[in-house]
Amino acid sequence: MAMTRILEWLGRFYILMLLAFLYLPIIIMALMSFNTSPFYQLPFEWTTDWYASLWQNDQLIAATWNSIEIAVITTIISTVLGSMASLALYRYEFRGKKFLQALLFPPIAIPWLITGTAMLIFFFGIGIGRGLLAILLGHVALALPYVIVVVSARLQTFAPELEEAARSLGANQWQVTQRVTLPWIMPGVIAGGLFAFAVSFDQFVVSYFLSTPGQTTLPVEIYAAIRKGFTPEINAVSTIIIVVSMALMLLTARFFKFGGEK
Amino acid sequence: MAGVQVANVSRSFGAHRALDNVSIDFADGGFYALLGPSGSGKTTLLRQIAGFDFPDAGRIAIGGEGVERVPVEKRRIGMVFQNYALFPNMSVADNIAFGLSVRGEPKATIATEVQRALDLVQLGKLGARRPHQLSGGQRQRVALARAIVTKPRVLLLDEPLGALDKALRVDMQIELKRIQREIGITTIFVTHDQEEALTMSDRIGILRDGRLVQEGPPEEIYDRPQSEFAATFLGDANIFRGHVTGNGIRLPDGTTIAAASGSSLTAGAKANCAVRPERIQISTGTARPDSGNANTLKGQVSKRIFAGNNSTYFVECDWQTLKVIVQNTGAERLAEGEPVMLSWSPESTVLIAAS
Repeated sequence: MAMTRILEWLGRFYILMLLAFLYLPIIIMALMSFNTSPFYQLPFEWTTDWYASLWQNDQLIAATWNSIEIAVITTIISTVLGSMASLALYRYEFRGKKFLQALLFPPIAIPWLITGTAMLIFFFGIGIGRGLLAILLGHVALALPYVIVVVSARLQTFAPELEEAARSLGANQWQVTQRVTLPWIMPGVIAGGLFAFAVSFDQFVVSYFLSTPGQTTLPVEIYAAIRKGFTPEINAVSTIIIVVSMALMLLTARFFKFGGEK
Repeated sequence: MAGVQVANVSRSFGAHRALDNVSIDFADGGFYALLGPSGSGKTTLLRQIAGFDFPDAGRIAIGGEGVERVPVEKRRIGMVFQNYALFPNMSVADNIAFGLSVRGEPKATIATEVQRALDLVQLGKLGARRPHQLSGGQRQRVALARAIVTKPRVLLLDEPLGALDKALRVDMQIELKRIQREIGITTIFVTHDQEEALTMSDRIGILRDGRLVQEGPPEEIYDRPQSEFAATFLGDANIFRGHVTGNGIRLPDGTTIAAASGSSLTAGAKANCAVRPERIQISTGTARPDSGNANTLKGQVSKRIFAGNNSTYFVECDWQTLKVIVQNTGAERLAEGEPVMLSWSPESTVLIAAS
C-alpha cells in the first residue's frame, strides 16, 4: 500500500521533471520578454517595451515574413509533390522502385551542413546563386523526403480493395483518389505538411548558407542579431512564434486523430 | 442484364499458370458458383471478368460485347468483396450512392435509388450509420446494395459470406438468393464452400490448378462427377480403384463393382468407381440383402458418428474402409464391431477414369 503510494509519487515527479526539462527554458525566455532589464536582472519588472521596439525592427520583421512565406510555400509544394510521389510508389510497380525508395532516406540522415554546402555550390553552378529563391528550393528538397515517408506510412494502413471497390462502381482514377484514397491518408498528409513546415521554419544551417544580407530568414536574422549583441526583442519575437505554432499544433491535433481510428 | 462468355482464357503470373485455357458460358440471369480449393484460380477468373486484371490469351464477353481489354470502371459490373470493402469515411447511404454519384446522376435520383436499395436489403433506416457501427451481416447487405444500385450487367461475389458465422451465413445465403431472383441479375459467385455452391447456384464450375474440372447443374455434378476430384470435392464419395470390366470395374481381389451403363472407357484400363455414402444401404448379418442391389460387400462396423439427423458408419471391408450415411429413422442402430452387408445399385455408381 505505502509502496504503491511512493511509486505513484515518483511517477508524478518524473513527469513533472520531464515537462520542466522541455518547457522551463521556453517559459523563462517568455517571461524575460516581459522583463524591463535587458540583462535578465531580477526583480522582475513588467514591460511590453520589447514588443513595441520589435515593431520598429524592420529587419527582424522582414525576416519573419520571409520565413513564414517560405515555410508556407515549402509546405504547399512539398506536401502536394510528396503525396503524389507516395501514391505513385504505392500504386505502381516499376523498374528501380526499390532503389528510388531507398534513395529517399539518405537526405534525412546527411548533416544539413553538408547538404547546405552542396546546395550553395550547386545553385551557384546553375546560376540561381543565393537568395530567397535558393532558400525556397533548398527547403522543398529538405522537406520532401519527410512528407513521402509520413504519407507512405499512412498508405500502408490503406486497404487496396477500397480502390478496387471504387473502380468497380465506375469511378475513374481521379475520382478514386479524391473520394476514397485522399480522405483516408489525410491525417498523414497533414502530418507530412506539419513536418515540412517545421523543417522549413526551423531551418538555420541551409538557410544560412543560401541567404544574402538583405534576403534572409528569421533564424538566420536572430543569429546575426545575437552576434551583434543580444536584445530581449529576440525573446519577444520567439515568444510570439512559440504561441502561434503551439496553437497551430493543438488545433491540428484536435481535428485529426493521428495514428488512431481505423 | 447480360450473360458472360469466357473463352479459352489463360493467365500466368511469372512461371505460375493461374488460369489455363478456361472456357465457361454464364447464362443471362443465372446464379453461377465457381468452386475450388485456394489457389485453384477461381478468384483470378473472377478478377478477369471484373476487369481488375487482363488475360494473357482468350476472350471475355459481357452481353456479347468483347471486354477483355476494357478496364473495370468501364465494364458496368457490380462486385462484392470478401471483406466488404466499405468506404470507412462515408455513411452507409454515401457508400451506396457512390456509384451513382461518380456517374453524375442528379441528387434526387440518387436519394430515391439509395433508399430503394436500402429497402431491398432490409436496412431501410440505417442510411446515416457509419460502416464501423454495423454488424458483419449488415455490412454484407450494404456491400450488396452498393454493388447493385448502379444496375450492373453482372454481379460478381468474391467469397462474400466467408467472414460470417455459420447461422448468419445460412440466413445470408437465402437472402442473397432472394435478392438475385428479385432483380434477375447474372451472378457469379466465388466460394470454396461446397455446401454454399450446392444450395445457391443454378450451375457450378469446379476449378483446380487453373483448369475447369467440370461444369454443370449441381445435381448433375453431384450425381455424375467426371473425376475423382469432382466427386470428392463436391460432397463425399467412396472411391474404388480397379480395372474396367463391362460397365464397371474389377477390384484387385476379383470383386466386380457394377456401374451405370454408358461408359466410354476401354476394358482393362485403370479406372475408379465413386459411390456417395448415403446411397449405400447397410444391413446386419452376413446374408445377401434382399434389396436387389447388384453391388454387395461384407464388412464390419469400425466406427459410428452420430450427428442427430443421421449417422455416419465407417465399415471395414476387405480392401478399404467405406463411409456410409444412414438417416436417423429411430430404427435400431448398429454397434461398433457388428458384421454388416453393404449394398448399392449400379445407378448409384459412377465410373470415372483413373487420375
